[in-house]
Amino acid sequence: MDISQLFYDLFFDYTLRTVALGSAILGIVSGALGAFAVLRKQSLLGDAISHAALPGIVIAFLLTRSREPVVLMLGALIAGWLATLFMLNVIRTTRIKDDSALGLVLSVFFGFGLMLLTFTQKLPDATQAGLDKFLFGQAATLLQRDVVTMAIIGVLAIILLMIFWKEFKLITFDPEFAGSLGYPVRFLDVLLTTLLVVAIVIGLQTVGVVLMSAMIVAPAAAARQWTDKLKNMVILGGLFGALAGVSGTLISGSAERLPTGPVIVLCISAIVLFSMLFATNRGLVWNWFRNLQNRRKLRAQAVLGDLNTLAMQHPNEERGHSSAVLRAMSTNPDGVSLALHQLKEQGYAQELSKDAWALTQAGLDEAGKRSEKEAE
Amino acid sequence: MSPAQLEIQLIASIVAVACALPGVFLVLRRMAMMSDAISHTVLLGIVLAFFATRSLTSPLLLVGAALMGVITVSLVELLNRTQLVREDAAIGLVFPAIFSIAVILISRFAGDVHLDTDAVLLGELAFAPFNRVRLFGLDFGPEAIYSTGGILLLNIVFIALFYKELKLATFDPALAAALGFLPTIIHYALMTLVSLTAVGSFDAVGSVLVVAFMIAPPAAAYLLTDRLSRMLIYSALIGILSALSGYWLAYYLDASIAGSMATMTGASFLTVYLLAPERGLIAQARRRKNQRIEFALTMLTMHIANHTAAQEAEIENEVIHLNEHLKWTPQFAMEVVGIAERAGLVTQKDGLLTLTESGLARASQEFSS
Repeated sequence: MDISQLFYDLFFDYTLRTVALGSAILGIVSGALGAFAVLRKQSLLGDAISHAALPGIVIAFLLTRSREPVVLMLGALIAGWLATLFMLNVIRTTRIKDDSALGLVLSVFFGFGLMLLTFTQKLPDATQAGLDKFLFGQAATLLQRDVVTMAIIGVLAIILLMIFWKEFKLITFDPEFAGSLGYPVRFLDVLLTTLLVVAIVIGLQTVGVVLMSAMIVAPAAAARQWTDKLKNMVILGGLFGALAGVSGTLISGSAERLPTGPVIVLCISAIVLFSMLFATNRGLVWNWFRNLQNRRKLRAQAVLGDLNTLAMQHPNEERGHSSAVLRAMSTNPDGVSLALHQLKEQGYAQELSKDAWALTQAGLDEAGKRSEKEAE
Repeated sequence: MSPAQLEIQLIASIVAVACALPGVFLVLRRMAMMSDAISHTVLLGIVLAFFATRSLTSPLLLVGAALMGVITVSLVELLNRTQLVREDAAIGLVFPAIFSIAVILISRFAGDVHLDTDAVLLGELAFAPFNRVRLFGLDFGPEAIYSTGGILLLNIVFIALFYKELKLATFDPALAAALGFLPTIIHYALMTLVSLTAVGSFDAVGSVLVVAFMIAPPAAAYLLTDRLSRMLIYSALIGILSALSGYWLAYYLDASIAGSMATMTGASFLTVYLLAPERGLIAQARRRKNQRIEFALTMLTMHIANHTAAQEAEIENEVIHLNEHLKWTPQFAMEVVGIAERAGLVTQKDGLLTLTESGLARASQEFSS
């Protein structure tokens, strides 16, 4: 399938357009809120909440017998929220640490949801069919009205995020200070967590319970590499999330039997990998490159110093010094010839005859300046 | 109870113990979420080994899964070492990616074999008795008993052999390293064990239940004891109890066995969380209340002692005035006075309180201290 066709479909194919739009909304909301989760060391909270939402979905169905996304989302929201509160209480009142509390809530709530789900499936009426699609996500089954629901909830979440921006920022970076200023830290904490639960719940239908956690952690982790500012991180996180959502939808639409959710996750993983390698400042490749340059510079300076020492010890020597001598003086013999050529390029060293090195006048001046600086 | 029901409960109990034992170390070493990550990523190991062997029963599947578990742990540590992301984020980045690759591979190339994600995540214990070991025309019971039994045996042997090393590496990794116990090797050995346990068990019970059995019983046991050996035993017992009660819950509701068992591990934890003798919520509340009463009794004796000789004794030492002077609610004042009377600290006559000898002793002890 050629790319222009794909873009044509993106705008005019109902299913593809709906799914892409839904994934983009999901990416924006989870990317933006994920930034807070990652900074607050709650990366895995998304994993726990998305699992814990399942019993809420089933109970909401059992109570209302309705499969309206709003109803199911509300159930998921309440369950995810209760799970979070329970978890925080266990951490606060016992010596059980956050990782165990997360795993406990995650597996028990999910198992409970599973039990309810299988129980529901044995009920006589057939309206529960498709409830389990929430487990693994079925982006292809997204309808326009689902996307509208997602968009409304997502916009509300983003607006709340903007209204409480200053407060959220403060409780993220310095909760004690926020408390001392009289901010209702606990309320803000719950509000921010609730928004996170909302972001997760609207993603369940698209990428599913199991992979939703990636959409919380990954866009934020990628964004973190490019910036030190919370505002930029939130915006970038949203953009990365949307980018992964749309590109994942396009790729999975281009071939048979490529499930959308996992492809979106791989897209966002690729963005993370790229960011970790190439992000300006923090990227590993730049870092490696900077280290290499620093090492070269230090090596050249060391050889410059050695040549200067030789020049002072042999004031009448006109024939220069062999690289073997320099290698013997150096702590890093392998780099000596590279360093010599570097110094030659800079005009500090000259090769008088074959393998006979000496400093130029500029080199002597430079070495002199350097030793003066050291003396200071 | 039919033989099949017995067998299912036996397999579930074996799995429960096999998971709970390494789970104790995961909980203590703050690596519980690693079990969740591993239980997802081993799927890729299974898929790759399946592509290599074209068989779902080959022992290579176990090897592939165990390797993938170790690869998961190494990748998380690699990410950690770059210092670009924190550990929790590293786990959250690694396992969804690996799991996604596995899901894509399955849906593209293995759609027609019995290797679907539902089966791996949810398991189907009810089918376990159908797969039987038959030798020389004799029935040696369900296969799952031997596979999960083997894993259990492996776990027991490993923990028994390296008990001292595990204990030290868990509670004092620095000392363990200084003594040459190689905490890294212990760490990876434990993670291999977790991977093997996850794979060996989730064929029968699914990865969700593996995580539940690995974390919930040890977390409950952690609230019951301070001793590692007891924690291992309690975890195993709580695991078995959850497995058996979960089975019958599933039986009566006609619902998922794995789901019901996970629910029961949660119920067991909740029970312990509420009722544990020292660390339970109720014990904590009672302790707080006792402290409050003890403090109130001391306050009361001091108050009366202060005012006995004084002119205002008649007002100050009246029960009905305690709430004013000590800022107690009337109910609380009545309760404290009642307790004080029963403890023989004060006597009451016409609503006036006087200290007994022991009440006086308590007050003066408090004054002198």
